Amino acid sequence: MSEPVVLKPEELKARKRRNLWLAWSIVAFVLLVFAVTVSKMQALSLLGISQ
Amino acid sequence: MVDFSASHQRTSSASDYVALLKPRVMSLVVFTGLVGYVAAPGAGDWVLGFAAIFAIAVAAGASGALNMWFDSDIDQVMTRTRTRPIPSGRVDREEALMLGLTLSALSVVTMQLAAGLLAAGLLAFTIFFYAVVYTMWLKRSTPQNIVIGGLAGALPPAIAWAAKTDSLTLEPMLLVAIIFFWTPPHFWALSLLQKNDYAAAKVPMLPVTHGARATRVQIFAYSLLLAPLAFAPVFTGLGGMIYAIVSALGGAFFVFLAFRVLRSNAGEGVAVEDKQARNLFAYSILYLFALFAVILAERGFA
Repeated sequence: MSEPVVLKPEELKARKRRNLWLAWSIVAFVLLVFAVTVSKMQALSLLGISQ
Repeated sequence: MVDFSASHQRTSSASDYVALLKPRVMSLVVFTGLVGYVAAPGAGDWVLGFAAIFAIAVAAGASGALNMWFDSDIDQVMTRTRTRPIPSGRVDREEALMLGLTLSALSVVTMQLAAGLLAAGLLAFTIFFYAVVYTMWLKRSTPQNIVIGGLAGALPPAIAWAAKTDSLTLEPMLLVAIIFFWTPPHFWALSLLQKNDYAAAKVPMLPVTHGARATRVQIFAYSLLLAPLAFAPVFTGLGGMIYAIVSALGGAFFVFLAFRVLRSNAGEGVAVEDKQARNLFAYSILYLFALFAVILAERGFA
């Protein structure tokens, strides 16, 4: 069995920073998809397709 | 399996991953895509427009990451690319591959949601063309690599146009053609300056396979094609009066600089002789930017 990797403090810090960037990127993507969905629904609604 | 044991990779930052996306190429693609979107007929929806341009930017970044994954052996050898995240050891190759594939999928899905099948299909084709046709095949096999491969970098205005109108007409194809014919003189001017680097990396760029003289002739020939082609939007109504002036004067100056490259000994190994190629390379960026900026201004504020 291989030894578990023990991260140094600066490596832990770097990992936390990377994870935060990833989390914010996912939040931004979710918001973008939400905004696109709302825009499309409004466009369809204006065309009367949803009725 | 990602080998995450090396300490320098464990301390890599978000900016190392951003560097994998070739942000400078991304910015050019965003700009030309934005021009394509604004120039296309119709009012458009600013949220959907933003999402479409964002998808194009992410797709360009994904293509860059896939390119860096596949070309890490070449990047290791060339001076210009040695400091990139993979050859410098800041990011693992497999991470670049995973990032490239993930972002490719996300960009196409986003485009499909925001614009529809035509734009999403074109975007997927562009990623495939750059990552597979250009990077994996053409780049290492033919001196026409950047000529044919240039199509990938030329398509963003057409993708953006398709995203807004769900159609393609002559006008977006003209924008594509301008970038397509701009690419060879732009890249060959650069490759004249870095001939030895390409030779060391065994990349069959034109100056390596056919010599500097043949490259200078090709640069001039393409500039003669590019200048009149870049004037063509005036005839379709895509470009107005300001565009006609900028295109005519800018194109004439492009041909003039290309002629000076033709008459020079650029790429022959004497540093001072490379000046003309350096001038053309720098001007070519300004020229393309000016053409598209004028279209953006004329169509955006019309």
